Amino acid sequence: MTLQFNDETFRGDYTYSNSSAAVRRFPFPFDRDSYMYSVNIEPHPGGPEGSPFEHAFDVDEHYVAEMRDRAITLAGDPLRCQSLPHMELAGWDLLELIMVSKARDYPALFSLARDGDRWHWTNRPLGIEQRFTFLDASTLPCGPMEYITRQAQGDFALLDAREGNLWMDAGMITSQADWSLDFDVGMNFFEWHAPVPKARGMGVFDKALKFLNAVTQEQSYRRLNWTMTVNPRLDTSPENYHKWGPEKRTVTPDNVGTKQFLRVELQSFWRLPRSNALAFPIRCYLASLADLCTQPKWGRRLHRVLRDLDPDLAEYKGFALNRAMIVDYLARHDDGAPTSPGIFPDR
Amino acid sequence: MTRPLLKVAAIETLSPLVKRFRFEDPEGAPLPVFSGGAHVTVEMADGDVLRRNSYSLISDPNDGSGYEIAVRREDRGRGGSRYLHEAVAEGDLLAVSPPANLFALDLRARRHVLIAGGIGITPFLSQLRQLDRAGQPWELHYAVRSRAEAAGLALLPESAHVHLHVSEEGSRMDIGAILDGQPLGTHVYACGPEGLIAAVADQAARLGWPAAAVHSEAFAAPPPGEAFEVVLAASGRSVAVGPRQSLLEALEAAGAEIDSSCRGGACGRCETAVTACEGRILHHDHWLSEAERAAQTRIMPCMSRFKGARLELDL
Ligand code: HEM
Ligand code: FES
Repeated sequence: MTLQFNDETFRGDYTYSNSSAAVRRFPFPFDRDSYMYSVNIEPHPGGPEGSPFEHAFDVDEHYVAEMRDRAITLAGDPLRCQSLPHMELAGWDLLELIMVSKARDYPALFSLARDGDRWHWTNRPLGIEQRFTFLDASTLPCGPMEYITRQAQGDFALLDAREGNLWMDAGMITSQADWSLDFDVGMNFFEWHAPVPKARGMGVFDKALKFLNAVTQEQSYRRLNWTMTVNPRLDTSPENYHKWGPEKRTVTPDNVGTKQFLRVELQSFWRLPRSNALAFPIRCYLASLADLCTQPKWGRRLHRVLRDLDPDLAEYKGFALNRAMIVDYLARHDDGAPTSPGIFPDR
Repeated sequence: MTRPLLKVAAIETLSPLVKRFRFEDPEGAPLPVFSGGAHVTVEMADGDVLRRNSYSLISDPNDGSGYEIAVRREDRGRGGSRYLHEAVAEGDLLAVSPPANLFALDLRARRHVLIAGGIGITPFLSQLRQLDRAGQPWELHYAVRSRAEAAGLALLPESAHVHLHVSEEGSRMDIGAILDGQPLGTHVYACGPEGLIAAVADQAARLGWPAAAVHSEAFAAPPPGEAFEVVLAASGRSVAVGPRQSLLEALEAAGAEIDSSCRGGACGRCETAVTACEGRILHHDHWLSEAERAAQTRIMPCMSRFKGARLELDL
């Protein structure tokens, strides 16, 4: 597979687009015609060839542009990347995990040569070559977590495992769905999830934490989460709400198909070997309603899910304002036919 | 989950009761590195019983060339340790799980005080190496009955930070004195007999240490007990659990699919729903809450047993 990297933007003129191949491999998050919170966790990696589930860290046509967007966000706000002092070892664990995975899964794009602690990393898409000493931060231009996550799509949280809980003690967060690392840093699993409606009462978080604490290096896992975003914007942070919040008001019945995006997070869970910390990559995928409706099954299903969604969830996910317009648009793509089980499009 | 088969590369007698086992990949491939305090689960086909016991790793966490464990022979236990001592030879292949950690160091600590009783020394042996590599200050206190039984001595580094307390020689460990006057930000870790763990917790509480700075190795070996029977709800089949067998082992032997990791009641993996219970579940785990125990609707088969007329599990 030779990847063509898009020259595109996630702000300003928003030239982001999905090729038809990217649309077909989009991680559509609904396996049925309705949605409620659940502990929807399954083993990762693993999935059909070419799907975003096939490899540990999916690299797609948006890679180079996403890394450029991350650099812009960091230049404006360095606090999007934070690591408490005791998390440096976890940063090295993450660097190793990503480098080893990418070099194995995409040998044409990345390579890693290791001679004991002397490592040589090549990232061809970004034109980076780096020789460094593993576990010696003075041999990298920045800390290990920052170094590798400037070269990996998606946000990354590193959770320290203590007292039967997980603590958000490090992260690189520049493409988040309206939450703030600077606010959450140092919090535990229940504290940072406090704003989520309904789920705690349903016992979702107690079960999820028990599950995460039992994750071993033997097997990693994933879950999909989703929300809605106006314009293909990665940086929908509370810090910059003034830049993207008002854009919700620019949606009209005429442009909703191309301006309203389904935002899917492919979240995965990895026990890190040296630090015993948990890595939580949050990979963001964006597709417009119009693009999704090119797959008839998805148009039908998305219509039913959003039409019937609990109003508290629509409010929390921030699209209550435009919900009626979105549902009207999708209704035109729903002929009432039954949908097949599972998330993948029909052939 | 299918476990990789590792070769027993070396067996060494450390004391009359303790042997060291070294495992390596049969092809010499590197094994996953780990964190100090981690354990592996070793699988043993002991006659018609499949035994799985968890042991702390005692080798260097950063060294993937092999895994080492120290096993104390427990003649009154369920048999796994005796099997390792008597039936396993160098060159044998055994299934060994990848490492998991339920006794990790708190890397925020300014100083680490490690307190071991007897065979409880094992998790500290890998932790010491991690602390040395990170350049973090530590001191270790190792309490044993006699020098002859102090198997860990041969494995400990020569260091002024290692303090041996031999009760036979009258140098009993004074936990209060060890903890008193430690600088703010010190964490204490205890592993050994339950009495030792409780004493460390008591002294730390008395001296006003924050609970988060006091750690102990939670998992123990499953206790033997009286034989009992359990019914699998899906098939209605009845499975007998022998006195020296854990419920988990009996279920596995009967072919039930059941997840596990620590096999010591601490990780939560084996949690199973109880569909009927006429009698009393003997909860020996550290996982379920008091309320969950009292409800008798969940059980941790790796540790817990049953006394009564009928126990039915959602399997
Ligand atoms: C350690 C890994 C995890 C991290 C770091 C994490 C982090 C977060 C954060 C920061 C939020 C946003 C909260 C806000 O509004 O400020 C969130 C939302 C949420 N999380 Fe997690 N989470 C993790 C694991 C899980 C797991 C395993 C579940 C399983 C059910 C889960 C379920 C949810 C749900 C349902 C929401 C609301 C999302 C929405 O409706 O858009 N999380 N999480
Ligand atoms: S296997 Fe860990 S609690 Fe039972």
